[in-house]
Amino acid sequence: MSSVPALRGYPRADGRKGIRNVVLVAYLVECAHHVARRIVSRADHPDIQLIGFPGCFPNDYALKLMKRLCTHPNVGGALLVSLGCEGFNRDALSAAITTSSRPVKNLVIQERGGTLTSIDEGLRWVTGIHGELCAIEPVPMEVDELVVATICGGSDGTSGISANPAVGHCFDRLVAAGATCVFEETGELIGCEQIMAARAITPELGAEIQACVDKAARYYSTLGYGSFAPGNADGGLSTIEEKSLGAYMKSGASPISGIIKPGDFAPAGGGLYLMDVVPDGEVRFGFPNISDNAEIVEMIASGAHLTLFTTGRGSVVGSAISPVIKICANPDTYERMTGDMDINAGRILRGEASPDEVGEEIYRKVIDIARGKTSKSEDLGHQEFILTYKHFDALGPACLPRR
Amino acid sequence: MSARDKRLLLLHERDNVLVCCEAIAAGTELLIEGQMTVLATDLELGHKLARRDIAAGEKITRYGLPIGSATQPAGLGQHVHTHNMKSDYLASHHRNAVGGGP
Repeated sequence: MSSVPALRGYPRADGRKGIRNVVLVAYLVECAHHVARRIVSRADHPDIQLIGFPGCFPNDYALKLMKRLCTHPNVGGALLVSLGCEGFNRDALSAAITTSSRPVKNLVIQERGGTLTSIDEGLRWVTGIHGELCAIEPVPMEVDELVVATICGGSDGTSGISANPAVGHCFDRLVAAGATCVFEETGELIGCEQIMAARAITPELGAEIQACVDKAARYYSTLGYGSFAPGNADGGLSTIEEKSLGAYMKSGASPISGIIKPGDFAPAGGGLYLMDVVPDGEVRFGFPNISDNAEIVEMIASGAHLTLFTTGRGSVVGSAISPVIKICANPDTYERMTGDMDINAGRILRGEASPDEVGEEIYRKVIDIARGKTSKSEDLGHQEFILTYKHFDALGPACLPRR
Repeated sequence: MSARDKRLLLLHERDNVLVCCEAIAAGTELLIEGQMTVLATDLELGHKLARRDIAAGEKITRYGLPIGSATQPAGLGQHVHTHNMKSDYLASHHRNAVGGGP
């Protein structure tokens, strides 16, 4: 891989490297949201970012994800903002961050004398830590150290024929270069399970892939909506498998090396991984992911350095922690919303480029962003974040054959 | 074999359908894999037409992968959609009620 251009990364104690160097301000219950947000807005720096969990009741999934997010390679330190009486285990989260050799501070509003004193103290801390993090020198990083995620949102009839196949090509290039790539939303892969299973590196993994898509079908069926709307047929899609395949195209053609759940890490060595985002057990807590950003956050929790986001109708979102690269499938949307889009995959529909050519363009964009250039959503200040309640069982032994 | 109208997109060499990159009106002359044909019906962006003659029962292939089977023959240039093809998957996923059924 000597011909692969080196990236630049911030070294972390666990051996991973980050392509950003962010200080997080994390509220641990909605009651602490305002104080945390005010600290971030007063600090007014793109690398000082807000995340949080709104619930007062404890949840194993939320704790696991917050641990993973606060120790993500793109993160250099974290301020935890509690009201004080909420159920979130702030000591466990704080301990995990300390163990990762990152600076952390617990700011408990009830113990600090209320809103104003908490904001002042929090602002002083994050400003100081940010100054220290700026002194960290980036080190060379290779493409095979990258974890790249993909998602589609605001999809229309163009997504599956332009942007998604182009991302698939980019994924194949990344996997060939040794990177780890993650795709997801098993509920929108219903109908692809046999084709996906055939790409699994072991028959046992193939069976697990089929089982997790079956789980998604059961879960969504209980929630009471189907995955094929009349509008899909209007847009030219004839069957459920055709619709699913459009989304599935983002995964490219590489072998599938395993299944992970939110917050799980893929084993070392790179490869393509399917994220099972549908909760285990009986349906509870509502929809698996209430918006695209919930899925982006789950892939970031599994180490994603950046996310490739395809959209036809024109999503504008970005994310806290990891950059989002927007790939617009629809040429008309691209012209209308150019300021939000990094890549115009609509050129494929106008005969101006092939999916492979746009895939190469996306690959070069990934390299640029990983080298420190900013994406459109970063420039615009998009740092969306959402984390809700879920329940997952541990992964079955067949899910990660390479572990 | 490769001469083809620019408004028609081939997603994979194995495919037997092409995808319209823009709306095309009935009566339009289209070059498909070197053969000239006249479009019988209006086609909207994102819809499919036959890249070659397709027999009833044959798999419809898009992205190089099967997306269902032909229920009727479809000649080169003919619209391929719910009227002449069907899902091969619905039976195993009937719980996931397909909203816009036939």
